[in-house]
Amino acid sequence: MGMTMTQKILAAHAGLDKVEAGQLIEADLDLVLGNDITSPVAIHEMEKMKVDGVFDKDKIALVPDHFVPNKDIKSAEHCKCVREFAKRNEITNYFEVGQMGIEHALLPEQGLTVAGDVIIGADSHTCTYGALGAFSTGVGSTDMAAGMATGKAWFKVPSAIKFNLTGKPSEWVSGKDVILHIIGMIGVDGALYKSMEFTGDGIANLSMDDRFTIANMAIEAGGKNGIFPVDDLAVAYMKEHGTRAYKIYEADADAVYDEEYTIDLGTLRPTVAFPHLPENTKTIDEIKGDIKIDQVVIGSCTNGRLDDLRIAAKVLKDRHVAPGMRCIVIPATQAIYLQAMEEGLLKTFIEAGAIVSTPTCGPCLGGYMGILAEGERCVSTTNRNFVGRMGHVDSEIYLASPAVAAASAVTGKISCPCQLA
Amino acid sequence: MKAAKGHVFKYGDNVDTDVIIPARYLNSSDPAELATHCMEDIDKEFINKVKKGDIIVATKNFGCGSSREHAPIAIKAAGVSCVIAETFARIFYRNAINIGLPIVECPEAAVAIEAGDEVEVDFDSGVITDVTKGTTYQGQAFPEFMQKIIAAEGLVNYINQK
Repeated sequence: MGMTMTQKILAAHAGLDKVEAGQLIEADLDLVLGNDITSPVAIHEMEKMKVDGVFDKDKIALVPDHFVPNKDIKSAEHCKCVREFAKRNEITNYFEVGQMGIEHALLPEQGLTVAGDVIIGADSHTCTYGALGAFSTGVGSTDMAAGMATGKAWFKVPSAIKFNLTGKPSEWVSGKDVILHIIGMIGVDGALYKSMEFTGDGIANLSMDDRFTIANMAIEAGGKNGIFPVDDLAVAYMKEHGTRAYKIYEADADAVYDEEYTIDLGTLRPTVAFPHLPENTKTIDEIKGDIKIDQVVIGSCTNGRLDDLRIAAKVLKDRHVAPGMRCIVIPATQAIYLQAMEEGLLKTFIEAGAIVSTPTCGPCLGGYMGILAEGERCVSTTNRNFVGRMGHVDSEIYLASPAVAAASAVTGKISCPCQLA
Repeated sequence: MKAAKGHVFKYGDNVDTDVIIPARYLNSSDPAELATHCMEDIDKEFINKVKKGDIIVATKNFGCGSSREHAPIAIKAAGVSCVIAETFARIFYRNAINIGLPIVECPEAAVAIEAGDEVEVDFDSGVITDVTKGTTYQGQAFPEFMQKIIAAEGLVNYINQK
């Protein structure tokens, strides 16, 4: 019986020739990640451990991004705790305001995550790096502390679901629609404890930014990780962004999967997840009547990359956000921000009546920079539409692609760019 | 390991970490302060009613969403002695074990037990007893590796002992 791609990476990092689903292993870590919310708890836990410091100052990434720039005094204290820990331990990859970005957009961009890595991060969307062919998964602060101290983590080897992607997405369909479609199909616990392994010739028709978006939301189906094969596009991305050696693993031909799905990307339509679960999906054609909205957010670790901003700008160019509508655009990193400026995208957003923010997770988790009042509705390119996620418990979040979000900002109701005049 | 005994707070599927502890309170990492907002967005009365030793019972995918360890920390600091569910989201599962919050997967118990029931959980045997109804259920036992972490009352102690 062969191994899945994930199992092969885990076996190699556990010093084993073979692993099978359900086996408990201890794996060496290539990178341990934390942010301003999870790191202070991890630092506190690590201080209780009988260790002299971190296992490797080059293999830890600390990215204050959730409530940064500091939203209040308590957040400032958390960031100070992380900053001082980074200084004390000479952490190479600490990203201060001015260099920081949203962690899961920033680390691949900095070349810190490559194919074949085993990465844990005290943030659930750490699964994003599977787009590059790494095993990466979210953990809590205590796991992060143990990872920083020992360079190891325990895992139960996951079984996998295989998603065979074929065909080419049509206009206005992006990675976000692919992953929302999948979550709608299998449910928010459809991949619980499992790997989501993507394969098939349709992957060649997905940009790296599409793949980051898809891998990013594996957690929204309960997945342990989401992972893509490493093709020429992924290799080109890694070479462009860094110098770290990567290693390509491929699933065995006789690997066993719990389930297999084939999805023709050409048949997908712009998809929206209705409150209050990412599995409550409807295609744009299935939405009956006008769903009026108050706010649009375009950004986050899911959809704050250049492809996302480009498509939003394409929709907003020579148009204006609807009267009374707030449209908040958040480039995910400083480099994306700068590139968006050079391409004139920011000008398009501002002329359209949107605002552009410095990189932050802010509104996605109801931190700041776009909190919803009672009864308000938001179309958001973020990843969760749970009760109260972006503000008041009686507010509503509709998850969608940047294209749908931008079109909705123009009309003031959930819309597809194809419906714009 | 000792047993848990208390009255039940019952919830449904997909109780996410945003309702267990909303992100607007994550500018604190103090367990006592987090506990005062535990379950606030799903059950405003929870924190007023919960007594030390009480038990949370929920159905599928408890603790889904964010990796915030503040969620099991808040539940534990609120006095909850055990969470029983049909299934747990995997990061919550790890976090609960790592911080020493006992959790048990048991689909039958998770469905049958009702709010307010008095329930006892024997962690050694995995047996769950609904004292109010006079019924018992066999919960899933932890793998030996996890039992060691739980016995050490969390991952930090476990690593220190190694």
